[in-house]
Amino acid sequence: MATLSDFKTQEKSWWCPGCGDFGVLAALEKALVEVGAQPSTTAIIAGIGCSGKIGNYINSYNLHVTHGRTLPAAMGIKLANRNLTVLAVGGDGDAYAIGMGHFMHALRRNVNLTYIVMDNHVYGLTKGQTSPTSEMGFHTKTSPEGSIDQPVHPLMLAVAGGATFVAQGFSSWQPQLARLIVQGITHPGFALINVISPCVSYNRVNTYEWYKKTLVNLDEDPNYKPSSRAQALSLLEEKDELVTGLIFQQPSRPYEELIPGFTKDPLSQQIGPIDQELWEHILDQFE
Amino acid sequence: MLAWKIGGDQGEGIDSTGDIVIHAANRLGYYIYGYKSFSSRIKGGHTNYKVLMANRPVSAGTRHTDILIALNQETITLNGEEMNGGIIVADAAYSPTLPPNTHAMLVSLGLTKMAKEAGSVVMRNMIAAGASAALLGFPLEVLAQYVAKRFQSKGSGIVEANRAALHSGYQAMLQETARLPRLPSLGSPSPGNRLVLTGNDATCLGALAAGCRIMSGYPITPATDIMESLTKYFPLVGGTVLQMEDELASITAAIGAGFAGARSMTATSGPGLSLMQEAIGLASMTETPVVIVDTQRAGPSTGMPTKSEQSDLLALIYGGHGEAPRIVISPSSVEETFEDAYEAFNLAEHFQTPVIIATDLSLALWQQTVERRTIDGPHVPIDRGELYLSQDLSGTSSFQRYAFTADGISPRTLPGTPQGQFLATGVEHAPGGKVSEDPENRRQMMDKRLTKILGIHALRAPLRYEGPVDAEVVLLGIGSTVGINKEAQILLEKEGISTAVAWLRTLAPFPGSECQNLLAQARHIVVVEQNATAQIAHLLKTAGIFDPRYHSLTRYDGVPFLPEDVVRESRNLLTQLEVKH
Repeated sequence: MATLSDFKTQEKSWWCPGCGDFGVLAALEKALVEVGAQPSTTAIIAGIGCSGKIGNYINSYNLHVTHGRTLPAAMGIKLANRNLTVLAVGGDGDAYAIGMGHFMHALRRNVNLTYIVMDNHVYGLTKGQTSPTSEMGFHTKTSPEGSIDQPVHPLMLAVAGGATFVAQGFSSWQPQLARLIVQGITHPGFALINVISPCVSYNRVNTYEWYKKTLVNLDEDPNYKPSSRAQALSLLEEKDELVTGLIFQQPSRPYEELIPGFTKDPLSQQIGPIDQELWEHILDQFE
Repeated sequence: MLAWKIGGDQGEGIDSTGDIVIHAANRLGYYIYGYKSFSSRIKGGHTNYKVLMANRPVSAGTRHTDILIALNQETITLNGEEMNGGIIVADAAYSPTLPPNTHAMLVSLGLTKMAKEAGSVVMRNMIAAGASAALLGFPLEVLAQYVAKRFQSKGSGIVEANRAALHSGYQAMLQETARLPRLPSLGSPSPGNRLVLTGNDATCLGALAAGCRIMSGYPITPATDIMESLTKYFPLVGGTVLQMEDELASITAAIGAGFAGARSMTATSGPGLSLMQEAIGLASMTETPVVIVDTQRAGPSTGMPTKSEQSDLLALIYGGHGEAPRIVISPSSVEETFEDAYEAFNLAEHFQTPVIIATDLSLALWQQTVERRTIDGPHVPIDRGELYLSQDLSGTSSFQRYAFTADGISPRTLPGTPQGQFLATGVEHAPGGKVSEDPENRRQMMDKRLTKILGIHALRAPLRYEGPVDAEVVLLGIGSTVGINKEAQILLEKEGISTAVAWLRTLAPFPGSECQNLLAQARHIVVVEQNATAQIAHLLKTAGIFDPRYHSLTRYDGVPFLPEDVVRESRNLLTQLEVKH
């Protein structure tokens, strides 16, 4: 059984002191330990931006890809080896701007992997520009008069887009976030966990204090049932997505189990001479 | 050699008629080369399918046609000038006429009438196939057997109706044969155990034999066949094709699968290749194996999707930002496409780098006869490169995935291997995988990636050469132009000009000195390529070997070279040089 220390590396963090991403990393490590994952059987695919540096700080098989492309890479890894616990991790720009196309299609495909988006409503690593989740009126270097773009609503998009698991956590609320990640990993399909992870350097509006005052914790609402797409959409609309907890989950059968004739074994073990009889059968069609 | 062609509107069964003639010829022991002219639309518009048949291998098209099956008048109008005393079989239904100066005999047959009698007008092409068999002197039963195999899944009713249609066409044509001009003789067949394959077929077979089990792609002409064929084959061996949302996702999923130890590939053409460039950089930087097939078509932008070109070469070698070494190989026949396809997976794992297979539309789509024994899937070599298993790692405290080694290749681990964890990142990194901006590390890492692939020339012949070493003319090409050069070689030899054919098999890293050595004794070298800017010549110049013996011959109008073009240019070149001397 792996422990927390097994997942830690010696690398010194490049994140700013107080960054929400520390909380995401901590909750992720706890969740991995809780689900019984091993460093060697965990694959973490990270995107570009502050959040993408996470692969330097966690001991697992890590692939740090091009901007916005975590989900296709994660899909390739999971299909190549279903025994792995596969997590894609990125920021709101990675997920909902440059990677939006992949996000919508990942929802449709429902591969058994977990997607953690560290959402801080701003582009931090490039030092303060609007992000797709920035509120209208948000002032940045690229929107000095305030953003005039509508923010995307990733949770509503996910629910409407066919997601089988949608949750939102807050980097400061560790027990809930770790539990949501555990649920996401054990969900047999694509699990989106959007995590509010405040940027202490470039977002002076959506701060820890602001979120603590604003976020509604669904764990405290015994009447909310995360099994209805319609109810989830209406809740998200009503609360402007400012909720934490499990928002929607439905029974799911992952993509990889639907592929006709697809082996369950790691594909690395499938590399050997092809069967002679099968080969001749295939060649016969070209006679 | 005999040249048969059928033309009509797209969607009229032109393809299946051509396939029937091709497979009948193959089964009778003739070699074929089958190619089409088509456009980027589903129905309508002129299309034609031309089949060359001979009792020797054929590797390129010709200008002339001996038998033209014209399903409409437009076919006669557009293709009549190719006729040189042969026969045009036309459908009486449209009252065909022969344009002035068309050197052919027009035979009007009731194709539509007979098709209706056989059950449906859609069987007009089957009537035409039967008529073709009579003209070619093929036993009808050979065609009927192929048709039965092709349509067996549609039920015995369909098979029988088609057989009847073949028979009607055959009988109708037989009644005309007494008055027809003599066609060139096919010669006696040389029966053998042969297949009819396209380059795309060979790509799929090579991938299958190599153990590739994931193909992620996005449909694009002329690469789509690869997705479609692998969709048929992979379920037989536990693999899968993933139809992704775009080419960015296609290649990135393949890289993910390669990282996790699968043999994975994607296939595309120009516009898709442009999108894949960013991820080719990622695979190069993270030293992750992946195989990319580029079936080149006329560019730039959407270009001419159904026309062949060899204009992606520099993009394949140098494309993308920064300096991202990769291997680019270029097959020049269907047999070599099979060979390169399986070898690409070995090279990708051996050198831990993206491997691009550069084919072109003509090579990818056109049918050729190959000896069955050359497509020997169960016996292809498999080289997985340096892989560390858990026993190799016991006792190590932290695995150095990008360790500096003598040949630049660092042993890798696959996810799932205990104690083999590492970070693969597109950011510059130290031997342990973690991010590093240290100048000395940067220089060493760049050198590692640039030099490790140089070992390829020892593993595979970078060029091939056929003909006398001291040939007067060497025709140098890649891809489909090599088949054209081989046909030109036959013609030039007939004129008494000693000719050799050479072709590049590896484009990156470029085998400059190997090329220089191989062509040291050549007197004149004509570099034949289907692009406007002479990209192969550019590579030879960059390598410093494009001396005055070299001459460039380019074509970029979407139409493949004909062997006659190469012959004419070579002859002119020699004449000019003689005048100068």
